[in-house]
Amino acid sequence: MTVASSPPSRLPVRDIEGTQPKPRIREKRERDGGGRGDGALAALFIAPAMLGFLVFLLWPTLRGIYLSFTRFNLLTPAEWVGLDNYVRMVKDPIFWDSLTVTVEYVFINIGVQTVSALAIAVLLQRLTQSAILRGIVLTPYLMSNVVAGIVWLWMLDTQLGIGNEIIAGLGFDRIPFLADETWAIPTIALINVWRHVGYTALLLFAGLQAIPSDMYEAAKVDGASEWRMFWRITMPLLRPVLAVVLIMTVIGSFQVFDTVAVTTAGGPANATNVLQYYIYGAAFGRFQFGYASAMSVALLVVLSAITFVQYRLTRAGQTDLG
Amino acid sequence: MTAVTATTTKVRRTQRPRITPGKVVAWTVMAAMVLITLLPFYWILRTALSSNTALAAHPGDPLPVDLTTGGFERALGLQSTEEAIAQGGSGGGLKFWRYLINSTVVSTLITVFQILFSAMAAYAFARLRWRGRDTVFGLFLAGLMVPTIFTLLPNFVLIKQLGLVDSLLGISLPTMFMTPFAVFFMRQFFMNVPREVEEAALLDGAGKIRIFFRVMLPMASTPILTLGVLTYITSWNDYFWPLMVSYSDSSRVLTVALAIFRAQTPQSGYDWSGLMAATLIAALPMLVLFGFFARRIVSSISFTGIK
Repeated sequence: MTVASSPPSRLPVRDIEGTQPKPRIREKRERDGGGRGDGALAALFIAPAMLGFLVFLLWPTLRGIYLSFTRFNLLTPAEWVGLDNYVRMVKDPIFWDSLTVTVEYVFINIGVQTVSALAIAVLLQRLTQSAILRGIVLTPYLMSNVVAGIVWLWMLDTQLGIGNEIIAGLGFDRIPFLADETWAIPTIALINVWRHVGYTALLLFAGLQAIPSDMYEAAKVDGASEWRMFWRITMPLLRPVLAVVLIMTVIGSFQVFDTVAVTTAGGPANATNVLQYYIYGAAFGRFQFGYASAMSVALLVVLSAITFVQYRLTRAGQTDLG
Repeated sequence: MTAVTATTTKVRRTQRPRITPGKVVAWTVMAAMVLITLLPFYWILRTALSSNTALAAHPGDPLPVDLTTGGFERALGLQSTEEAIAQGGSGGGLKFWRYLINSTVVSTLITVFQILFSAMAAYAFARLRWRGRDTVFGLFLAGLMVPTIFTLLPNFVLIKQLGLVDSLLGISLPTMFMTPFAVFFMRQFFMNVPREVEEAALLDGAGKIRIFFRVMLPMASTPILTLGVLTYITSWNDYFWPLMVSYSDSSRVLTVALAIFRAQTPQSGYDWSGLMAATLIAALPMLVLFGFFARRIVSSISFTGIK
């Protein structure tokens, strides 16, 4: 009896042809507490993950909330100060600035990224099924944000960067992309689009693969154009997937840090002082761990609210899909 | 019947190569996207092989100017300080091999243990029967909602109290045991393994622990590989957490080292050629890793994202 030779087609991972994995929900007999239990064994199997969960996820979350009500500099014990940090935060103009800058970043980043990823995904689906192209699209994702930041810092250098060489060659004025208050945030947003767009495109591409191809064929027989098929077939059927991808990317982009740290370090004149960078500075530059924690709580609240709203919108959107 | 199929395929074949204006536009857009995607990689190589003085004189030249391996020598610390400064370097030392080893150790530790422990937990969530299972799983899933920044500060305080600051273990520990995502990912797989497989092994007299290690884990090699490569890339590229925890060369990883190399600006301006060489060296392992597994990863990313 060779169990290992069971058919590989059972693997839930999609093969190149894109056959749909069919999630099969287990029957009732496997539900909570039913039948004879494997309690001891389960405890053994879960122990390491549970340890990690409690120590490095649950406990720090609770501790972070606690620290936000204290004055704490790492050297002396945390001292309870009630809502002081929150009062300070609300009155801190730099906090509001950094929140504004972060929101600006998120809007540009998500806007450009979603539209480009969608374009790439649709092109990959309707134009060619080339696995090589899919691989190429993913390559920037292999780079760290640090590498991406440094490379674009060089390519967009005002004097020597190839970007400005081309701009100057076309007869325009050179643009100090990362050294100018207006340009810095859009530039950083686009650098991160470069790194992440391929991954997002592949997620959307996977969603597109789930749309039966005979729908397109039938539409084609009826004489529908690609443009019409995109709006009438692709978009409605992709919407649930698009919504999930959006939630993921929005939450990710609110936490921008690396690219800012290596390119502008928050400058010029706080123009790129995103929330996470400001939190980092408060904690490690000025050792105000309590204040930094309070701002983290604020970020957590913002992210939870966004997740909740997007989730509700997604649910609402799914009903009219038909 | 056969005639009909023959004609339809014939029709399709004649339709395929038709060039429409729309297709031309679509391919042009695709080509532009590929160019934007790949240009930076070429520009890294081109700059790394140029000399700093020549770069200043010919910034837009498409080929390497004044071809030299000086940038790589500086990045790898093979040049003497005087030599490095003469070529536009900062003279600041970089122990690239040290950082490379550190990055490898950290990423390997995290990947191996996170996947082993997450797979074990996932198996318990998917295939074992115990009281409170769904509640605990729900709690784990809720962990997905907590943004990383939120746990970083308290985790730093904890790692400091454990005396693990500036150690490779301190960098690895928080993600070594689990991530909610990894547990969720593996659980999805185990849920889909047919019941009969396990029952057959039970009939053969194997215990559940044995079944997990000898049957389930080998069967899960494809999702494990996908998750493994993604985890490896993520931990290799991580910057924020290692930046917080490491202070000296003994625990410095490549991302942090690279940012420091970039911050060491010499009097004459950035050492672009050295910086690009360092960037290439830092990114190369992931490119090689991807080269090996690209096909599999690209086709299975679908599974990681959409549930």
